[in-house]
Amino acid sequence: MSRDAAAAAAVALAPEAPPTRTLSMVPSGARAFVLRIDGDEHFARRLMDLGMTPGTEIALVRRAPFGDPIELVVRGSHFSIRRSEADRIHVETL
Amino acid sequence: MSKPSERVALVGSPNSGKSSLFNRLTGLRQKVANYPGVTVEKTVGDCVLPSGKRIEILDLPGTYSMAPRSPDEQIVRDVLEGRRESTEGADLVVAVVDATNLERQLYLALQILSTGRPAILVLNLIDAAEAQGIAIDVTALSRRLGVPVLAVSAKTGRGLDRLREAMDTPRANGHANGATNGTTNGDGPNGHANGASPTIASLLDANDPARGYRDVEAIVREVVRRRPKPDRLRIRIDHVLTHRVLGPAIFLLLMATVFQSIYAWATPAMDLIDTGFRALAVGIRSAIPPGPLQSLLADGMVAGAGTVASFLPQLVILFFFLALLEDSGYMARAAFIMDRVMGAVGLPGRAFLPLLSSFACAIPGIMATRTIESRNDRLTTILIAPFMSCSARLPVYALLIGAFIPDTHWFGFIGLRGLTLLALYLFGIAAALVVAWVLKRTVLRGRRPLYVMELPPYRVPTWRSVLLTIRNRCALFLQRAGTVIVAVSIVLWFLATYPSGHPETRALQAQAQAARAAGATAEAARLGDAAAGAALRHSFAGMLGQVIEPAIRPLGFDWKTGIGLISSFAAREVMVSTMATIYNLESSGNDASASLRRILPGVTDARTGLKVYTPLVAVSLMVFFALACQCMSTVAVVRRETNSWRWPIFMLVLMNVMAWGASFAVFQGGRLLGWG
Repeated sequence: MSRDAAAAAAVALAPEAPPTRTLSMVPSGARAFVLRIDGDEHFARRLMDLGMTPGTEIALVRRAPFGDPIELVVRGSHFSIRRSEADRIHVETL
Repeated sequence: MSKPSERVALVGSPNSGKSSLFNRLTGLRQKVANYPGVTVEKTVGDCVLPSGKRIEILDLPGTYSMAPRSPDEQIVRDVLEGRRESTEGADLVVAVVDATNLERQLYLALQILSTGRPAILVLNLIDAAEAQGIAIDVTALSRRLGVPVLAVSAKTGRGLDRLREAMDTPRANGHANGATNGTTNGDGPNGHANGASPTIASLLDANDPARGYRDVEAIVREVVRRRPKPDRLRIRIDHVLTHRVLGPAIFLLLMATVFQSIYAWATPAMDLIDTGFRALAVGIRSAIPPGPLQSLLADGMVAGAGTVASFLPQLVILFFFLALLEDSGYMARAAFIMDRVMGAVGLPGRAFLPLLSSFACAIPGIMATRTIESRNDRLTTILIAPFMSCSARLPVYALLIGAFIPDTHWFGFIGLRGLTLLALYLFGIAAALVVAWVLKRTVLRGRRPLYVMELPPYRVPTWRSVLLTIRNRCALFLQRAGTVIVAVSIVLWFLATYPSGHPETRALQAQAQAARAAGATAEAARLGDAAAGAALRHSFAGMLGQVIEPAIRPLGFDWKTGIGLISSFAAREVMVSTMATIYNLESSGNDASASLRRILPGVTDARTGLKVYTPLVAVSLMVFFALACQCMSTVAVVRRETNSWRWPIFMLVLMNVMAWGASFAVFQGGRLLGWG
């Protein structure tokens, strides 16, 4: 699919599913609420067991010195997750 | 000693201080073993309760959830539900939570309580929580959950007496009498005593994290006054340790210190142990008349025990640093910093230190892989660790480089000998990366494990934990790997000693005796060395050398080199002393290497009259040593760490096939190019 076609598809989808940001797009120091977690059940369940349930507030603390992974605070605990993993966590920024 | 009458299981998430609590309760009365069939470690210890009753405490692996996703978590679940026959289950569960963060920690605790086993909830790190201004209403929490709740500090010992008393209290608990089956059969609340309050039962049925956390939030609102304040000290330390520039710099500095300490600082202690075992061998020779028994004890058993003991200084130092780095919380930061770099070769950040340590010795390196959570990542790291050029390869490289590589220099400072050594190190690393790449796509394939990792608060490590870690690791090495090493040493001794009494050996021994009687000491020593050489050449090891010669001839090695390859399975550096013996040289002194260096270039094959060693043969032999698994201790420790013979045998075959192939390519390729 060409880039134009992809953009057109995104526009067409827009009315039903407003574009959301993923956690990997959140800048350091910002906060966000978890909307949903994509990916297999195993992955989503793991993150939810750690407290990242929908509606939970996440603070993005920093990126690692080489850019990946990132450090988060969830319910008072600090975690680090890879950007590829953060890409699957849809959030709403504050 | 009587068997403890009851078993108590400690359960909690990683970083809940569960192991400190375990160390406090059991002290030196603990031991580490493996659960049958898996690589998960089982840590158990004894504890004496106020009534004098002795109980067994089981420190279960840290887990974040009762929905098992790893072998560790499966064990926790099996024990709590009494499904694992070999571990029976537990009479009482002590759920350990970090009181500084109840909101996240209670989630697991509720899952644990929902199994319906008799339980106690321990709020650990209570002093840290109070220092942060967190006040927890213990009574209200106990009432809400229906189990005894105790605030303790494993660090200071506060509240531990009350915990021991609580563990001593008889538990009249109707709900948990079905100790063989963990499923909750009481679907309604049967009062407080049985651990199935409505909250807990609903959590179990729903198996829904969102709901579980909502329940936890409700409880926390009720029992916790004042939410935690941000930890200023942590923020400041993290600012430096994970800083863009300072972070990696401090990491490298720390790693260099650890490496230097096992590479260099362990040497005096290792030399001392070596001297001690030599003295022991001398003592045995003077106490027991010459014969098979003397030889078995002095040359077989003491040599094996000496090999085992010589690893201890490195292990003590490495595990000292590992415990400090892990317990302080730094290891998680190191993994955070290195994940991207190590990720380029498909390994986690935590693989860095084990691989670095392996440049000193693969034994501590492989034992340090314990901190890698994913099984496939850990196995990959274990299997590539022996490719790092360890210090035992150095004597072999030094001998061959000194004898065959010309001392050429360019621009005054780039030397051919130094470059050769560097090339051998890089060759080992390259081989490791290739093997890791292939393993990750074949036998150890699997989805990339979730990286998600907690970055715990910084804590001052306690001496108790550090010393117990060192003690447990060394005990495991001695029991599990040590026995294999001694057994293999005895086999190697047998191969090099029997059959004895070949006519050539006897004749030389008689001549040596005559020379000694005549007072010609130098001549006697020369003849004695010649007799030792003859004995080795005519031994089973000598015969094996001849048997394997057709297989190693294409690599440029003759049967005498073959003897060296066989006996250096004891340890790579044994190659040097074995070769000295084969060529009738004094083998025990420091100058064995120097005399070999002089004579090896001139050695000719009696059958063909051609030189046995050429620079090409030397390079082929070094390439072989770079890749081959010439180390029984590595095999033994991989057996211990993987809890099976499958992986060590796989590694042995893989490394030796690679070594053969690479040496073949070097020698035959070199000959085609006309270098041989």
